[in-house]
Amino acid sequence: MSGADASLALPPPTRRGGRRARVSGILGTLSSVPITLFGLILITFLIGRVMPIDPVIAIVGDHAPPDVIARVRLELGLDRPLPVQFGIYLLRLLHGNLGHSVMTTHAVTEDIATYFPATFELATAAILLALVIGIPAGVIAAARQGSRFDHVVRVVSLAGQSIPVFVLGLVFLLVFYAKLGIAPGTGQIDVMYDGLVPRVTGMMVIDAMIAEQWAVCRDALAHLAMPTLVLAYFSLAYITRMTRAFMLDALAGEYIVTARAKGLSGARILWRHAFANIAVPLVTVVALAYAGLLEGAVLTETVFSWPGIGLYLTVSLLNADMDAVLGATLVIGLIYVILNLLADLSYRVLDPRTR
Amino acid sequence: MTAPLVEMAGLRVAFATPTGVSEAVRGVSLTLGQEKLGIVGESGSGKSLTARAILRLLPRTARLHADRLAFDGIDILTASERAMRRIRGRRAGLILQDPKFSLNPVMTIGAQIAEAWRDHTKGSRRTAREAVVALLDQVRIRDPGRVAGLYPHELSGGMGQRVMIAMMLAPDPELLIADEPTSALDATVQAEILRLIEDLVSRRGMGLILISHDLPLVGHFCDRVMVMYAGKVLEELPAGELARARHPYTRGLLACLPSLTHPRAPLATLSRDPAWAA
Amino acid sequence: MTSRAWLLTDTPSSRGQAAWGRRYRAWLLFRANGLAFAGLITVLILIVASLAAPLLTAQDPNAQHLANRLAFPSAQHWFGTDELGRDLYARILYGGRITLGMVVAVVGMVAPVGLIVGCVAGYLGGRADRLLMRVTDVFLAFPRLILALAFVAALRPGISSAIFAIALTAWPPYARLARADTLTIRNADFIAAVRLTGAAAPRIVLRHVMPLAVSSVIVRVTLDMSGIILTAAGLGFLGMGAQPPMPEWGTMIAATRGYILEQWWVPTIPGIAIFIAALAFNLLGDGLRDILDPKQR
Repeated sequence: MSGADASLALPPPTRRGGRRARVSGILGTLSSVPITLFGLILITFLIGRVMPIDPVIAIVGDHAPPDVIARVRLELGLDRPLPVQFGIYLLRLLHGNLGHSVMTTHAVTEDIATYFPATFELATAAILLALVIGIPAGVIAAARQGSRFDHVVRVVSLAGQSIPVFVLGLVFLLVFYAKLGIAPGTGQIDVMYDGLVPRVTGMMVIDAMIAEQWAVCRDALAHLAMPTLVLAYFSLAYITRMTRAFMLDALAGEYIVTARAKGLSGARILWRHAFANIAVPLVTVVALAYAGLLEGAVLTETVFSWPGIGLYLTVSLLNADMDAVLGATLVIGLIYVILNLLADLSYRVLDPRTR
Repeated sequence: MTAPLVEMAGLRVAFATPTGVSEAVRGVSLTLGQEKLGIVGESGSGKSLTARAILRLLPRTARLHADRLAFDGIDILTASERAMRRIRGRRAGLILQDPKFSLNPVMTIGAQIAEAWRDHTKGSRRTAREAVVALLDQVRIRDPGRVAGLYPHELSGGMGQRVMIAMMLAPDPELLIADEPTSALDATVQAEILRLIEDLVSRRGMGLILISHDLPLVGHFCDRVMVMYAGKVLEELPAGELARARHPYTRGLLACLPSLTHPRAPLATLSRDPAWAA
Repeated sequence: MTSRAWLLTDTPSSRGQAAWGRRYRAWLLFRANGLAFAGLITVLILIVASLAAPLLTAQDPNAQHLANRLAFPSAQHWFGTDELGRDLYARILYGGRITLGMVVAVVGMVAPVGLIVGCVAGYLGGRADRLLMRVTDVFLAFPRLILALAFVAALRPGISSAIFAIALTAWPPYARLARADTLTIRNADFIAAVRLTGAAAPRIVLRHVMPLAVSSVIVRVTLDMSGIILTAAGLGFLGMGAQPPMPEWGTMIAATRGYILEQWWVPTIPGIAIFIAALAFNLLGDGLRDILDPKQR
């Protein structure tokens, strides 16, 4: 055996260099977050203070007495130069002060804490349903490309991308509530159960389970079903399409030929080889889908009168309640940024090729 | 006389394109016993498809026709997918060109080899691991225990190909098809890998189909050479008689090779006769 | 030689012939894709129907007949009437004008701006690139509908605010795309050659880099159009887009959603219109992408 056999020389240990590069990559991604958040806050500031003709009226409403107007004007520092105003705005934000809602007369932060859990309940239920149906559908559609199943999946996915969420919600109400009578009406629970369950998490199903009020729990689940189905379909369209596209890419790889040449079964090749290769990008897709649900939630909550942050935002819009609108926008934007960050990070952390 | 390992007569592989049907392999016949056959041709000559057709590992859009195609007497044309899966891996292996792409990026080397081994030899996790280390040792990888825990992207090209060989030889097959196994490797490594393949194949009494575009390489390592062009076989001859090849294409290929002992300036180029593609 | 043979020949004799041959082949490929072709036809029908609305219906979309409100589709009113007795068929047709008009307005603003920003950022690199990409990132970090809502809330709710708001949130992906294309092209030899002949940066970007980045932008535009239609309809539904009595499809649904349980066709028909429009653009966009950039899938 010649000593100069290059192929027997192991590559230099990449462990340490690899880890350092990986950490710096993660830090890079993280460092972009404060800048993005800053940009977000700047935009909401511009929207709230600079764009309206009279920012004070925008906040306190048309019918406020003149002394309130004067006080708010002083608080916001509207007589000061713009950068100072922004500084005041930023400072208030950092103290958790998002202003006051004219509509509910509560602090906006309080309102958001009240309404957010319902959106979380809805979004999480929807994404879980979308994953359970969407990923296997995408995988099998790719495996049987060109088959009838594939065509059905593609059509369903395409329809989900083209139909407005609120139209689907209305149609669901029409079919399942009015015509078939199997679903309950709008809202989180039936009026008669109102107030029976003490609020712990804000998510009706969970709170009812904690309080062991099973009738309420069943009712809550029934009410959760329709909006969840609507939102899930929305998400499913995206998840299925991406899963199918990724799988088609993976199945075209040379290592699939190797796997077939090894005589492995079709199922094993599909899941252990092809799917395993797309699992990491798929996590990114899931995070983005969850983020996309926030948008869908705004429209769905409006249709189903679901007491979440989306409904809060829409009602505040109709009432021109500026503080509430901007507060909700900021919070939703923040969640969106965090989810995108998780999507980015998951790739770096999970992919063995970056080790 | 035992049945030949591979019997192929009149093989045709065609693809449907928007502008009609395109035949990539146009009537290829060969028989293979326990010997080393080299198939030589340029890109697009159909050599890879010919070999993959034996294991029915063609792309989904390919249409396969043949007068006869059999592996050890088993009719490949009518065999069920299940029967094909029993042949693939266990009785015939396939080595691809570039281990960067032909190895699963998210599975460790050990896991991939163990998968090949365990699919055909039911064994426990521990026996599989021992078998993996033994196989890696057979393909002359130093520190096999450590390599088994690595991922494909952490290996050099030569090591990757050794892993491929180990993986395909794990179930102890009778036939090995090597599709351009050294084309992605450095020149210094190429000879090592081929010698390894030759050694293992001889020791185990296997048949070998070696596909390459490198005529002298094939001539050196194989018993017989088959020259393909535009989907057809132009010439078939024993490797020792390569210098006395008769077809103008083969002669042209041989003439293009630069030689240190008989330098020729300017170097000859190949002039193609359209009749060869007819 | 027949024109088809001239287009499909393997040995074109001029650059023009080769270019036309390529376009014709692409057209053949596109036509072979049944769904994409159906999408194209539908989009054309939508455009023609909207433009020719006065020719396709004699009814006035704003004429109220309170005695005949919420009527079921009949020979006189093909789609029935809405809550103020207005003919739904006419409103849908004229509403198509609004929807398509909004889409065109948004795309007309967004594509050029995104293209320029992306190409400039990609070509100049360095600090300009980083700055522009930061700005792009900030806009990308917002969910589109939410940001559009916030903008419209600050301005007066209406069509122009809606267009402006959607445009503000829609441009980042184009900048990203154009930048990615520019980065690929920037170091190519032919750019170096043009630079050697003394061309200044603006000329290089404008005449050599941008034309190559246009094709992926076009694909993205058609795919995006359905998203813009849905966002515009969503804004209308939330009362933040076109205001009544304009027959924008989303606004129509907002006004009549209470009738979903009984006179279901009144809010549903505009919904179907939105669906068909979005679907047509999706099919068209998918088909275009398969031809122009098969790697994107």
